[in-house]
Order: sequence, then C-alpha cells, then structure tokens
Amino acid sequence: MLHVFEVYVKTDKQNLPGWSGEVKTGIGACVTRKEDARLLSGHAKFVGDLKFPRLLEAAYVRSPLAHGHLKSVTIPEEYKNKVFTAWDLAEVLPIRPESTLPGYKASEQYPLAKDKVRFVGECIAICVAPTRAEAEDIAEQVVVDIDPLPPLVNASDAKSHDAPRLHEDWDDNLFLTTAFDGDLAFAEKNATVVIEREYKTARQCMNPLEGKGTLSYWDEKAGQLVVYTSTQVPHLIRTGIAQHLQMDQGQVRVIAPDVGGGFGYKCVLQPEELSVSWVARKLKRPVRWVEDRREHLVAGANTRQHHYTLKAYADDRGKLLGIDAEITVDVGAYSVWPFTACLEAAQAGGNLPGPYALEGYRCKTYSVATNKPGFTPYRGVARPGVCFAMELTIDAIARAVDREPADVRRENLVPGSAMPYTNVTGKFYDSGDYQRSVSEATQAIGLEAFRERQKEARVHGRFLGLGFGTFTEQSAHGTKVFASWGLPLVPGYEQAMVKLTPSGSVEIRSGNHSFGQGLETAIGQVASEWLTVDISKISVLMGDTGMTPYSTGAYASRGMVMAGGAVSKAAEELATRIKIHASHLLQCKAEDVILKDGEAWSGVASVDFADIARAWYLRPDQLDEEVDTAGLEVTQGYKPDIDTGVFTYATHAAVVEVDPDTGQVSFEDYYVFEDCGRRVNPLILEGQTYGGAAQGIGTALFEEVLYDPSGQPLTSTLADYVLPGAAELPHFRLEHTETLSPYTRHGIKGVGEGAAIAPSGAVLNAINDALEPLGVEINELPATPHKILSAIMVANSPE
Amino acid sequence: MKPVDFQFTQPATLAEATQMLRDTNEEIKIMSGGQSLGPMLNLRLARPEKIVSVSGLSELREVNQGEDFIEFGAALRHAEFEDGALLEPISGMMRHVASGIAYRAVRNRGTIGGSLCHADPAADWITALTALGASVRIVSAQGDTRDIDMTRFMHGAYRTEVNSDEILKSVILPRYSSSAVWGYYKTCRKVGEFADAIAAWVADREKRYSRVVFGSTAGAPIVSVLLGRQIAVTGEVPSNEVIKAELARLAPDLDPVKQHLLIVSLQRCTKQALNHD
Ligand SMILES: Cc1cc2nc3c(=O)[nH]c(=O)nc-3n(C[C@H](O)[C@H](O)[C@H](O)COP(=O)(O)OP(=O)(O)OC[C@H]3O[C@@H](n4cnc5c(N)ncnc54)[C@H](O)[C@@H]3O)c2cc1C
Repeated sequence: MLHVFEVYVKTDKQNLPGWSGEVKTGIGACVTRKEDARLLSGHAKFVGDLKFPRLLEAAYVRSPLAHGHLKSVTIPEEYKNKVFTAWDLAEVLPIRPESTLPGYKASEQYPLAKDKVRFVGECIAICVAPTRAEAEDIAEQVVVDIDPLPPLVNASDAKSHDAPRLHEDWDDNLFLTTAFDGDLAFAEKNATVVIEREYKTARQCMNPLEGKGTLSYWDEKAGQLVVYTSTQVPHLIRTGIAQHLQMDQGQVRVIAPDVGGGFGYKCVLQPEELSVSWVARKLKRPVRWVEDRREHLVAGANTRQHHYTLKAYADDRGKLLGIDAEITVDVGAYSVWPFTACLEAAQAGGNLPGPYALEGYRCKTYSVATNKPGFTPYRGVARPGVCFAMELTIDAIARAVDREPADVRRENLVPGSAMPYTNVTGKFYDSGDYQRSVSEATQAIGLEAFRERQKEARVHGRFLGLGFGTFTEQSAHGTKVFASWGLPLVPGYEQAMVKLTPSGSVEIRSGNHSFGQGLETAIGQVASEWLTVDISKISVLMGDTGMTPYSTGAYASRGMVMAGGAVSKAAEELATRIKIHASHLLQCKAEDVILKDGEAWSGVASVDFADIARAWYLRPDQLDEEVDTAGLEVTQGYKPDIDTGVFTYATHAAVVEVDPDTGQVSFEDYYVFEDCGRRVNPLILEGQTYGGAAQGIGTALFEEVLYDPSGQPLTSTLADYVLPGAAELPHFRLEHTETLSPYTRHGIKGVGEGAAIAPSGAVLNAINDALEPLGVEINELPATPHKILSAIMVANSPE
Repeated sequence: MKPVDFQFTQPATLAEATQMLRDTNEEIKIMSGGQSLGPMLNLRLARPEKIVSVSGLSELREVNQGEDFIEFGAALRHAEFEDGALLEPISGMMRHVASGIAYRAVRNRGTIGGSLCHADPAADWITALTALGASVRIVSAQGDTRDIDMTRFMHGAYRTEVNSDEILKSVILPRYSSSAVWGYYKTCRKVGEFADAIAAWVADREKRYSRVVFGSTAGAPIVSVLLGRQIAVTGEVPSNEVIKAELARLAPDLDPVKQHLLIVSLQRCTKQALNHD
C-alpha cells in the first residue's frame, strides 16, 4: 500500500514586500527540490566520489581503551613514511575551545592522541596507502602500548569527588557548572501538588547517511591547502584548519561538496580534518579519509545524553508554579570547536521552561567529562531532552490532579495574547499562539472519542494511549545569544551574493550550505520572488570558501532565515539595479520600471534580462554615460532585527498501542500542528518535519549507545544500534499555520530542527497513558520493548 | 571496515569445490549468499586467505523430491522460498518464515544453507527447520555424504556439525499431509531484525507428529516434547504456568524477560495454528 502523507494547510496570505503572488517559483511555492535530480540519480559528488591522481586513502589506528596513558606507538620499519602520530604532528595545535563562561575549564584534544587516550575510538595514528583496505592492513600492524586507567563510564560516577581525573590539570571532572537561581518561595508555599521525577535520555549517534569525510591536497599554483570536506560550516572549518595548522587563512580553501546529511554532526572542526590536511601538506599528495559506519557508531557516539532530577510545583488545577531541576550532561572527553562542551547545558538550562508561562525556576546544570566522544550539538540541541523532561512532568501533574493532560498543558502555555513574551530565563518569544497548537491537536486526534475507545479497548486487554509534546524552538538566534554562551566564535551578518550572468540568468553564491535540507532550492525561491525569474534560470553555488562570501554556516535552524534573508536583501538590491539599467534601454525613469516574468517593463515596452545583461557585460556601448557602475553583482549582509532568535513552535500528538505481553509499541496516529512563520517551500518543510519526527521517534523508542563497565561500546554496528525504519514509523499527519515573525525578512522562522524535539515527549506520554492501569511509568529513553516489558513485569510481581 | 586480502574463487561443480577444500592448507571460507560472511569479513572477524563461492553450484540449487520428502539445495535463497517458487513440504510455512527474514535485499542473496551454517541462535531457519523435523546433507572434502537430523546439527552459538572442510549440500524435509498445522511467531524490535524470541509448533495428526521448538535462546533451538504432546492432545493454547515450568526445566538460565517472550511467542503461534484449522 502506498503511504500517502496528508498535509493540510491553514495559511493566512500576507501582503509582504516582495510578495507578488505571481511568481510561480517564488516564496510559498511548492517547487520540487532542484538538487534531487542529482542526489536521487547517483550523480551527486560526495567526498567519496572525488577522483584525484596519486590519491592516498587513510585509515586510523584508534584507541582500543577508554582511558589510559599512551606510552608508545610502534610502527614497523617498512611503514615508517606511511604512518604518522602526534609526534609527527608536533606543530599542529590541539583543539582547545575557550569559553568566556565563568568557571569553564578547557580541554585539549590533539588530533592524534598524545600522552593520553580518553575514549574508545580516539585517533592515535593515521596510515595512508593507495587503497583503504591496504591502509587498514597497515593500521593493524601498528602496535600501541597503553597503560590503562580507571574509566569514567557514566556522569554520576565522574561527578563524584574521588573519581579519577580525566584531564590531569583539572580539580574535578566538570567542564562547567551553571546555576539559574530563581525564586521558588511562592511555588513552595502555594503548591498543592509536588511532583518529583528522574529522567534519563540515552547517548546517541546522529547517523547521517554519509558519515564524515575529508580530502585534502596542496595546490601548488594557488599556494593553498585545498580541503574538500563533508561539513555544514565550510567557512568555520577554513578558520579552524588555518588556526590549528598555524597557516594564514589565505592559504586554506575549504570546499564542502555534496554532503549527505549533517544534523549537527558536521558543524564542528573534526580532528580528522586536521590530520588528513597535515599529511596531505607534508606528502604533497591528495589524501582522503571517509568515516565508515563502525567508526561513526564508536567515535561518533557523541550526543543527547542527559540526566534530570526535577521537582515541579503546581496548584490543584495543575497550574505550574515552579520548577527546581538539576541537569547533568554526559559531555564525554573533549570540548568541540567552536561550540564547546557547554552549549548543550547552556541550552538545556535556558530552555527547560520551554513554551510554558512559569514564574518560579531554579536550575543547576553540570557538564561532566567522561570517557566518551566529545558532545556535539544534534538537531534540536538539548531541547529534545528538556522537552521530554518537561512534557512528561506536565502529564505527571495532570495525572496527579486528575485532569486531561491536554487541558493542563494548554492552560500552562504562554497565551497568544501575551506575545511578544519574555520568559523566566529571559527568552524573547517573538510571536505565535502556542495554546492553539494544543487545541488543534486535540481536535485532530478527537480526544473525547479516543477516551471512549481507550476505555473500551482496556476491557479487551488492549492498551491504547495518547500523548502530547509541545515545544518552542529558538531559531536563527544571533550575535548576542552566542556571545552569551561564551563561545569563541559568534555569528554576525550573513552574506550572500546575487548576480545576473551575461546571459541574463541568475546566480546565487552563499557561504552557507545545503546538505539535504533543501536550502539550495529554497534560497533560489527567494531570489525568484524578487527578480521574477523562474527558478530553472537560477543557479546556486554554496559551500566553496574560495567562491562564496563568508557565512558561519548551517546550524541552529538558521539557514532559511539567515541565508534566505541575505539572498532576499541582495536580490532586492539587484532588482533595483536591473531597473536602473533597464531604464537606460527603455528610455524611461527607473521608478517607472517594473519586473515581471524575468523582464523589465515600462508601460507596454519591455526588455528581458538577457538584453540588460548583454548591454552591461558585452555591449556597454549601448549604455548611457551615467550608467550605475556598481554593476549587476550584489553582495549584502543580513541579520534579523533582533538577535534573540525567532521561535517556531508545534504540538505533536501520538496515539499508540502497547502490547503488554511483548512491550512493543505501535502507532495508531501521529499528528503535528506546526507554526514556523512563512513557509518558503511547503514541500521542503513537510520533508523536514517528517525527517525530524522520524529521528525523534528513533530517540523515543530505538536509539541507544551502550557501554560495558570498562567503557567499551557495545553498539558498534547497526545490528546493535537500532534505527527506526519506514515500517516502524507512523503515518504522519501535518497541519501548518503561519504566524509571521515581525523581525525577519518575509516573516521566516527556522524549521530544520524542530520536529526532532517533541516526539520523545509525545510518545512516552502516550506509552505512560496506555500503561497507567498497570501502574507503569517509563521515564527513560529509549522506551525499548525490553524496558517496557521489564517495568510491567516488576509492576505485576507480587511484592 | 575493509576485509583482509583474500583470493575469491568460483568453482564450477561441487566436485571442484570439495577438491579445493581437500588440496590446500590455506585458510578457506565457503561463501554462499555472503549476507553473514560479508559483514564478518568487513569487520575482519573472518580472515580467510581464500573464499570458495558455492552460490552458483547447480548441485546446491536443485530441488529433488520423493514420495515422503523434499530436498532443497543449500544455495536456494530466502527470496525463492518467500516467492513460492519452490515446492512446499507443508502449506505456507516455508514462505511465511522466509518472508520474515531481514529485508528483501538480504533475502535476495541470503541462502537457507548459509543461514544454517552460520548458526546464529536468533536466526529463523534453524528454529523453523528443527520444528519441521528436517535433516541436512553434508558432503566431505573426500566427497562422502552424511545426513544429520536438525536436532543434532547445531552445537551452540555459531557452531555446527559442518567441519571447515565440509559443504552443506541440502536440506531434506518430510512431506506433511494436507491436515498438518503450523504456527511460527517471532518477536523482534523492528521489521527485518533478528528475533528476540521465536516459537514454532508443527503438528500432523496423520503422521502422529507434534513438535514445539523455542528459538533465539543462547544456543541451539530447544525442543519441548512435553508441550508438543500436550498441545496435540488438548488442542489448546498452553497456559503461562505450564510453559514457564517447562522452560525452567529445559533452559534454567534464561533471563525473565526472554522467558516471558518465549512463553508469549508459543502462545501466539499455537493460537495462530489452532485458528488455521
Ligand atoms: C541486515 C540483516 C538482517 C538479517 N536478519 C535476519 C533475520 O531476521 N533472520 C535470519 O534468520 N537471518 C537474518 N540475517 C542473516 C541472513 O539470513 C543470512 O542470509 C544468513 O545468515 C547467511 O546466509 P548466506 O547465504 O548469506 O551465507 P554466507 O554469509 O555466505 O555464509 C554464512 C556462513 O556459513 C558458511 N557457509 C555458507 N554456505 C555454506 C555451505 N553450503 N556449506 C558450508 N558452509 C557454508 C560460510 O562459510 C559462513 O561461515 C540477516 C542478515 C542481515 C545482513
């Protein structure tokens, strides 16, 4: 049977600058993605597809132990010039991201381990050979001698005072401790309900289809190290490589070719990018390394793992009065560049209250160093964790006051009438109607009818449950926010170039990147809108630092807002210039020129863009003397009117059935009501929502990196690290509304990450709703059949 | 994740293949569909010097039948069983079991013999064929054949009767009458995954046959004569307590969750089978 996704659109058409409603491929159009033609037909070019003469392939010798002193690395004589270690890379600086947050401790990660290894899979030596298999043969011959140290496998052990130190010069294992010290006196005094819970989320791997990959060579003519790398942030990586290899940035060119998914995994400087580049520069030969799935599942096990102890105060209607929480992030061994080990905890502490109008809030966060790969921001960054904790708490409160969770949830949300709203942690919610998202979801699911069915099913021993998850997602937050997180690198104005080519077509250059999220098409639509040119005549060049203006790249759901905004600004300016040039050819005033269907019109006379471009580039003799010499290439910088980000929000609602005899969870329904402001391309947005929700369901039910007590990962293949497949996913139903942000071009808000945030809250609430009659409550991710069944068996056992 | 350097050979006949096994002291691995051996090679858990491919041997792709048996070549693929392209010793069961193995891409290459020789305790054929009272035919390097009953085939996890210089040639199944019934239930985390628990029941009144088998335990599948007899006599799904007591006797070391899943699997598979009637 064909799986047809249903999409309902509730849109309020707005008259915005640039909204002509006539451009068929402009903003709001369901244009199919341009990039799919190559991506889906095997014509894309990923790092693994590149061909270079004399190319060497690299394999790494990686640490077999979680913690130990690296005493020696012995290389067989015949491989001496094919294997390199930290001692060879002496001039390469360790990755040591600084932060201005008080109390932050910096870690030093050498691209090849030196003195110490701190997680299984840490790179120790790089081996090169004509093929990967031969490089792996060499790697097997390299002998590493490691004096084992006691491993720190979980954050609670690592936190204790007598735990061994991961970083010798630290006085504990804490990267950072933060405290938000709000006032809970009112809550403590007036609460009639106090809920205490412990929540756990699992460590995860992000599993983009294409893992990391990097290919470097020395370009003699340009005097440049050219680095093709699978990244979301090519300009940042250029800065990172230049800094760490101690080169001038002019000597480094980074090119992100087609990238097969990022999700945050590729928004940081990779140690492998440094060692591969170093070897390429040293040997003056192209060198490539492509991460395989095993390397990914071991050395890429770097995200999502939180632990919460949470106390919630509410009145007898379930109104939230206060939250007192402790959040522990199991950071792993190292801080990543440039986002550091502490972005996660900063985001968690700041976002736990989420969409709720909460007055009393106290929260301590701990960023704990453990013997695992260093924490990297993953789609949703911290919010899947905090949303899970918060949403389960709301339902626990609802059960305690014996009310419908949907009602308690809705009543606690920031009302639309309060917008814009500054919440307890100082987040500025720009616009939206959060409560409506719950009402819509309640209606779409058919709450009352569901409760009837649920009751009826229980009589027959069937356990159905309904759960909601509501979130806000800060997107495209800017300079001040990143500066407040203490990061060494802060995004500012996003640049983009839009130009008319000599044949009258349009070319966009952006230093942001498109790695599966459709940005290539979507920013084309923005230019299409302003210039009235069909998208088939718009080409987009991204990812090459040698050809594109600076951008800090794609993360924080900022691509559409930032790159889209910059393209919008540049295209607007180009439209103005085109009108001026056209006025020469049409012998009229520039103000009288309008653009339509890729032509410039004055009254009944018109010239097309090809004529305008030809005059400027090829036949300037046709132009007047006083022509605008700025030409038809425009670069502009853009950021939203506020730095605090624009907030997307949504409510997810899941209906599940739990099989009490096997612990299996199956979906009956899954509904999403979402508002991400202006939908530039509704099709892409749907895709982003399905994909994000699928990943969120992976978090909820399947994905989990497990370690044995010595810190050995037990989930190093996809047979053990379980990802959801098509058959495990629900039939998603989506509805959208558009509350335009007053602070961004076209009212756009970010959407890339959002859908990954809510599923674990919605799904676990549904499971707990189903299992309530059995006295079972699951507060730990993922909710595997084994976990559910064990909990049921414990609840059923006599004592 | 690239294999060690090895030589890949494709003998044209079974005789040529056995000769290769006989004439060398190289480390040899037989490859059939490669769906289990492939990952083992890539992880360098298998490090052969030479691979002898048997997937194209016509002797291993034949189906022979007699009055009371059908013999399936070891290199017949899961997909061929799934698609009903082959004779059926019992109505529908081979198709059902095959269709629940992995994903279609794996079933297109993976073979019944390869699955048996790999002997993953969680694999499907091992349990299903034990329930069906099958035996396997093994050819030695010298060309001698011997038949082994499935109940004695698997020695433990990833260990079988087949020695490293032997080839599994075929699987021989008894034919069942049209009144035979079967149930096969597999619990697993998602479509295409190896089982967390398997239970199978096959019964044929005409042949006075009734067998219950539990799979995906720590080692070889577990046959319960007692439960087989009880279900045949009562025609009812056995109770929790009865199955639990029997499992406690046959496999005392099972963890409680695994035990519970086996109980549920048996109840569901017998229910399936009894409703068939
Ligand atoms: C993603 C995935 C999911 C899977 N899920 C399941 C599942 O749900 N259930 C299930 O049962 N299986 C599952 N499998 C395993 C699959 O069924 C394999 O096809 C099977 O285990 C091996 O068969 P093969 O023909 O590919 O054997 P190969 O991989 O070629 O060989 C396996 C082993 O048997 C030996 N061997 C093969 N043929 C012979 C022979 N004729 N004589 C002697 N030795 C021989 C080989 O030397 C090797 O040691 C899965 C596999 C994958 C990759």
